[in-house]
Amino acid sequence: MTTSCDVLIQGGGGAGCSAALHMAQRGLRVVLLERGLVGGQASGVNYGGVRQQGRHPAELPIARRSREIWGRLKELIGTDAEFEVTGHLKLARDEAEEAELIAYLDVAKAYDLPLRMIGRNAIHQEYAWLGPKVVAGSFAPEDGSANPRLLVPALARAARAAGADIREHAEVVEHAHDGTRFHLRTSGGDSFAAPVLLNMAGFWGGALAARFGEPVPVVPLSPNMAVTEPVRYFIEPNLGVVGGNVYLRQIRRGNVIIGGGHGESDPAVPWSRPLPEVTLQTLRRAVELVPALAGVNIIRSWSGIDGKMPDRIPVIGPSRTTPGLFHAFGFSGHGFQLGPGIGAIMAELVLDGRTDIPLDAFRIDRFLETAA
Amino acid sequence: MRVAVVGAGPAGVRAVEALVAAGLTPVWIDEAPDGGGRIYQRPPPGLLRDPGKLYGFEAGPATALHAALDALKPRTDWRPETLVWHLRPGAQRLSTLHRGRQAELAYDAAILCTGAMDRVIPIPGWTWPGVTTLGAAQIALKTQGCGIGRRVVFLGTGPLLWLVAYQYAKAGAQVAAVLDTTPFATKAMAAPGLLRGGTTFAKGLYYTAWLRARGVRIAEGITPLAIEGTAHGVTGVAWRDSAGRTHHVDCDATGMGWGLKPEAQLADLAAVPFRFDAQQHNWVPQRDAAGRTPVPGIYLAGDGAGIGGAEVAEIAGARAALALLEDSGHRVDAAQVTRLDARLARQARFRTALERAFPFPAALARAMADDTILCRCEGLRAGELRAAARAEAATGPAPEVNRAKAFTRVGMGRCQGRICGAAAAEILAAELGRDVAEVGRLRGQPPVKPIPIAPAAEAA
Ligand SMILES: Cc1cc2nc3c(=O)[nH]c(=O)nc-3n(C[C@H](O)[C@H](O)[C@H](O)COP(=O)(O)OP(=O)(O)OC[C@H]3O[C@@H](n4cnc5c(N)ncnc54)[C@H](O)[C@@H]3O)c2cc1C
Ligand SMILES: Cc1cc2nc3c(=O)[nH]c(=O)nc-3n(C[C@H](O)[C@H](O)[C@H](O)COP(=O)(O)OP(=O)(O)OC[C@H]3O[C@@H](n4cnc5c(N)ncnc54)[C@H](O)[C@@H]3O)c2cc1C
Repeated sequence: MTTSCDVLIQGGGGAGCSAALHMAQRGLRVVLLERGLVGGQASGVNYGGVRQQGRHPAELPIARRSREIWGRLKELIGTDAEFEVTGHLKLARDEAEEAELIAYLDVAKAYDLPLRMIGRNAIHQEYAWLGPKVVAGSFAPEDGSANPRLLVPALARAARAAGADIREHAEVVEHAHDGTRFHLRTSGGDSFAAPVLLNMAGFWGGALAARFGEPVPVVPLSPNMAVTEPVRYFIEPNLGVVGGNVYLRQIRRGNVIIGGGHGESDPAVPWSRPLPEVTLQTLRRAVELVPALAGVNIIRSWSGIDGKMPDRIPVIGPSRTTPGLFHAFGFSGHGFQLGPGIGAIMAELVLDGRTDIPLDAFRIDRFLETAA
Repeated sequence: MRVAVVGAGPAGVRAVEALVAAGLTPVWIDEAPDGGGRIYQRPPPGLLRDPGKLYGFEAGPATALHAALDALKPRTDWRPETLVWHLRPGAQRLSTLHRGRQAELAYDAAILCTGAMDRVIPIPGWTWPGVTTLGAAQIALKTQGCGIGRRVVFLGTGPLLWLVAYQYAKAGAQVAAVLDTTPFATKAMAAPGLLRGGTTFAKGLYYTAWLRARGVRIAEGITPLAIEGTAHGVTGVAWRDSAGRTHHVDCDATGMGWGLKPEAQLADLAAVPFRFDAQQHNWVPQRDAAGRTPVPGIYLAGDGAGIGGAEVAEIAGARAALALLEDSGHRVDAAQVTRLDARLARQARFRTALERAFPFPAALARAMADDTILCRCEGLRAGELRAAARAEAATGPAPEVNRAKAFTRVGMGRCQGRICGAAAAEILAAELGRDVAEVGRLRGQPPVKPIPIAPAAEAA
């Protein structure tokens, strides 16, 4: 028997579950198919940075839209997913890095992103625990962080409450399009049909796009993560650096979450693991930023799998080959913050045929053009 | 061929012995300052004591194992005080930490002899200062010559309960009570099978009789109610007997434990699959009778591969080494293999009876009061885990333990669920109305034990 609906979503990460919620809220019959558990991949294991500062200019309108939703998560999904507006402090460790911070101020201004530059003297006064290598910083007061383990399951639960049909352990293994409707089959043998299909399958979105004749050069990206035991709370802002080779944040419980470099993964299984030498290298960088971390114990490390595009921005928008197919995947290591907004934008794209957010930079066929 | 042996307890010593006999020079690693493992852990140098006093009935095997250990050290690349905190099966590398120094070690084959730890069921008051596991109480006595208190209650079940109580009493501590959650009748019913264990069973009977004869208060088939105390320490223990009457005894320390569970994190990182062993009521890494795992080059022996005790660990260590030698094209003595296999089979039958005699009281964990601290690292109470299993939770229900960990932080702290994991799985299973095997086990993640961040100066 085939289940018919208005919209089929493949992939239950932050993007897919937010889309399910927003579309169900507008009355569409939505079925979301997730291979494992919702939020079991990148969206559930990431660093938890809810950051706008430093993003590619094309992403800033989505990030702004998403940030507005982050601010009202509790009403929307019943939990704030531990979202805290701690600010994001991006640090420079030499003059070249400082120049980059200064250059970004203009980008921020153009997109109404509040940003405050902190110079050489002030930075060590304001943040006495920073190491001597730090020469400057730029502070984004609206940014912060959240608990990735909570966001997606809560989005999914809210989507279900709004009427969406969210199926877990339902890997889509067959896709067809008969000219008007998509026909999907899961590994469990269930069939689904709908005129609209959203490709929100993270790294694996590339395979789905290829299935409909639009392959893209997406590769797996596995950021390397570690977390310390809880220690006295003293690092309030979410910390990053120019170049991004280390980032860290402390939660109120006291644990410090530290990211940097890349682990290893096999998306075919899928599995991902941190690499010990990368963890140790990242810790060396972290202790340079915050010397007081010396002696604190690492209790766990991990990684995950996101899809990385060559230009490090996602694919978002309608398919060029198949009417009714829409893509939103390949968030290139920074789609956690974007997830809630992406769902809202995709709902507009499908229901209204348009959105105020400029999406041209994210066209799926942009790689064809550069290749040609 | 580069062979690494992790662990220098009974299993590790006999594994290394067989490898050295075959002409190999393995790298031999233990995080402890010296070998001996848990049962034959040695006091630090300068605190030498008479083996008879230290190990009692086990003085003979202890002395023999220590002699083998000391003879083997110079014939191997012996690395004490070295923690293996990660193992990458694909790259065949171990990540080690020795006195703050990190090192990577390549191996072609590894025998993991990582031993066991106490299995704990949190009960009200278990976080007061002065409460330890049974094993920790014993280690304090064995290696430091000191007790966990002057007037001690031992609580839980299993052979270690009676052994530790005996050892404390013998050392001159006042044993205020031995409280066994297993009813006498359960143990009596398993007695015929236990007799096959011969001396081991006799020892157990002896300890119990010895304690009784000295008027130590003994209660079996009890339900612990609380360990009473203040921020300054334990003051007493309250329990209910099988007839429903409540009792109390004053004490200043409590040792508790309900059998053992394998320390199998390295096997987990090595990607060895696990199965739930209903008899042991533990998740155990998969291996054949000789210790081969489905992961090429990874062998397991001793309590880390499933609880069997020290005698089994010694046989299994030797057997796993022979399997490794056989698999890598060395000639092994077929008669020796047959002998070891026969001894392992005999021990397995005894083990079945032992598990029947001291079953894990899953019901005790399942009935844990909502306000009892379940995960002490994260300060999480049993009720908070139950709430996460319910459909009304903002995240929806957690269908298995890793999801419950993600939602509640149970098992996310310093111990990575080594202490609360078993009880957490029972509570979740009860709340979901499932069998405990169905809610899974907490997946291991590196490091297997905490590793410190090095200071910036040293880091360069
Ligand atoms: C370790 C790490 C740290 C990160 N840190 C940050 C950060 O701090 N801030 C930030 O903004 N971003 C961060 N990111 C990036 C961010 O997590 C991702 O960009 C984002 O979560 C992607 O969301 P998604 O919904 O596209 O993908 P996913 O969360 O991967 O969801 C896609 C889903 O599709 C499912 N799927 C795939 N194929 C099929 C199929 N055939 N049938 C059914 N289902 C299928 C998958 O199982 C998966 O659940 C990080 C990523 C990682 C891995
Ligand atoms: C605290 C305690 C006390 C016990 N006391 C008794 C007793 O008195 N009598 C009895 O019959 N049984 C006792 N047991 C049961 C015990 O498990 C077995 O008797 C026996 O010691 C098992 O031998 P093994 O070689 O398998 O493991 P163990 O003797 O436990 O040896 C394992 C060794 O591996 C090392 N190791 C583990 N992980 C790592 C790592 N990641 N990196 C480096 N080194 C590592 C440990 O330091 C240890 O030395 C006790 C168990 C515990 C936990």
